[in-house]
Amino acid sequence: MISRRDFLQVSMAASALVGASGFGNWSRLAAQQALTQDQLLQFETFGNVSLIHITDIHAQMKPIFFREPEINLGVGENKGEVPHVTGADFRRLFGIEDGSPSHYALTYNDFSSLARGYGKVGGLDRVATVVNAIRADRPDAILLDGGDTWHGSYTCLKTQGQDMVNVMNALKPDAMTFHWEFTLGSERVNEIVEGLPFAALGQNIFDAEWDEPAEMFKPYKFFERGGVKVAVIGQAFPYMPIANPGWMFPEYSFGIRDEHMQEMVDEVRGMGAELVVCLSHNGFDVDKKMAGIVKGIDVILSGHTHDALPEPVLVGETIIVASGSNGKFVSRVDLDVRDGRMMGFHHKLIPIFSDVITPDAQVSALIDEQRAPFKTELEEVIGQTDSLLYRRGNFNGSWDDLICDALLSEREADIAMSPGVRWGPSLLPGQDITREDIYNVTSMTYGKAYRSEMTGEFIKVILEDVADNIFNPDPYYQQGGDMVRIGGMAYRIDITKPQGERISDMTLIKSGEVLDPAKNYVVAGWASVNEGTEGPQIWDVVENHIRKEGTIRLEPNTSVEVVGA
Amino acid sequence: MHFTRRETLAMGAGAALLTVLPFRANAAVDDLIAEFTGGAELADAGVELTAPEIAENGNTVPIEVSAPGATAIMVLAAGNPTPPVATFNFGPLAASQSASTRIRLAGTQDVIAVAQLADGSFARQSKTVKVTIGGCGG
Repeated sequence: MISRRDFLQVSMAASALVGASGFGNWSRLAAQQALTQDQLLQFETFGNVSLIHITDIHAQMKPIFFREPEINLGVGENKGEVPHVTGADFRRLFGIEDGSPSHYALTYNDFSSLARGYGKVGGLDRVATVVNAIRADRPDAILLDGGDTWHGSYTCLKTQGQDMVNVMNALKPDAMTFHWEFTLGSERVNEIVEGLPFAALGQNIFDAEWDEPAEMFKPYKFFERGGVKVAVIGQAFPYMPIANPGWMFPEYSFGIRDEHMQEMVDEVRGMGAELVVCLSHNGFDVDKKMAGIVKGIDVILSGHTHDALPEPVLVGETIIVASGSNGKFVSRVDLDVRDGRMMGFHHKLIPIFSDVITPDAQVSALIDEQRAPFKTELEEVIGQTDSLLYRRGNFNGSWDDLICDALLSEREADIAMSPGVRWGPSLLPGQDITREDIYNVTSMTYGKAYRSEMTGEFIKVILEDVADNIFNPDPYYQQGGDMVRIGGMAYRIDITKPQGERISDMTLIKSGEVLDPAKNYVVAGWASVNEGTEGPQIWDVVENHIRKEGTIRLEPNTSVEVVGA
Repeated sequence: MHFTRRETLAMGAGAALLTVLPFRANAAVDDLIAEFTGGAELADAGVELTAPEIAENGNTVPIEVSAPGATAIMVLAAGNPTPPVATFNFGPLAASQSASTRIRLAGTQDVIAVAQLADGSFARQSKTVKVTIGGCGG
């Protein structure tokens, strides 16, 4: 059985990184003196199997800043439960000292000043160093990529994911599952998957026509490690054709399919699996629910909702590990598997502090090679920002405020809509905004900025629909992601109400006019899942706006009134 | 700034086709079940209905029903203007009492399966299938 002690050891691992020099008093040097690569990697090798989990990289090969959310509300049984705990509450829950490296890595408060002290995070060359160090301890550790890997940057868009494929291959993963990859289109996905030197898994990736498991993606893969038969079952993002444009991959069908997951677990157990790992892109709350329904999974490596947790969550006898996003974290899980079952584990969420971890020279060179053909375009400075630009949060983020401003002014609209995605790094006040930065928060294969007329009633229907995808009390009806960001319009949301009753008080900000359900309004937005959407690419709209503004200054956004949190 | 009319209409047309608010089950559903069962009690166990939580395409939603030993299974889409979907009858030589098909759902609603079991008793299971506009994945 898993002892409480194992959990405690886990929770302390991250917070043990000392950052003792008082609050708000950071010089870069002082902050980093307290941090060493050895401390970050310190881990007492345990048991006989090691798993390494990285997920939701969103094509961030280079170090970045990434601010965690301030608002991340849970509903139903998940109200107030991790990962729906943020800021100081999160630090208290996990025993993280204010101002410490873990504070900076895992919570949003004082982000700009701590970021100046501790520097950037992530970078796949740093991740490579961490992976190699774990492999030095345990040569047959299993490296698992949770997906959202081949999407999210200028170079990834221009090379149709090839840059990420090349760099990830150098890290030698053992298996991967998928989400945004499919927005490259099924033809390109098939082409890449056919050449992958590791397993492409998804027990819920089905052939849409026959409603049978798709041939290209295997449900699971066996590994023999440390004398243990390990089965890794893949779970791709269940709602791909709904949350993303299904017309780009019409041959495939997804869904949670937990009854098929149970069949697969029973099948691998029947074949002698002593440890069953689910590499999942369900999102955290869906994984939690699935862990309570499907029996026999030992470890769920959870992705999609971008949560970073310093401790696994235990559901029955299943542990759920959440490893953050954008290359900011790597999880190491050591397991003691004996007599055909998991007897204990040690876990550490390793924050990738870019200035502390020495980059792997070979992977650094490989990354530079991918970027070299695009260097001039990537580095062009478009403007500056005086405000912190970030995305995460249930209702708005300053990057989205800027994107909505761009849509309103460049597209001459009353109301702007920007999708509530959770990817996209942050920029600190005083930083230049380069073209690469704009693509980091906008790039996708369906980025056209539409301009359309919608009635007040239809705008409410959209908001109600998206709100239910986030705040439906049953996680199986949630798609992950956040509320669609709205520019030019204020509204009130009661997250405890059922669909159709959550949204009220929709008001045009410029005139104070209450939206008339029957009247038409000009709405500009982007990332429509409909085929044939027309308009300029969103990154061009945003670039034009930033060029005109020169320096970006944003006021705090108070346009959404939240009730029932 | 200049916008073509075509550009302006492109997105509106696609989106406006969908209605997404949940449909309420109509009273006719209770009558249809009563007609099928003759007013008998409905057990919870005995029939399995497999349907997606969220439909990938409301126009063609794959569902599967199964009830070991059943003589008939009726499927209803409670929120459709015409709720009856199908009634599957199984003769004594049927190898298995299961069936799968695709159904069209006008919006978010409950899909209901009622089976007449081998002993003549009835069982019911329902699943909410959500039909949504989509977009905005994490």
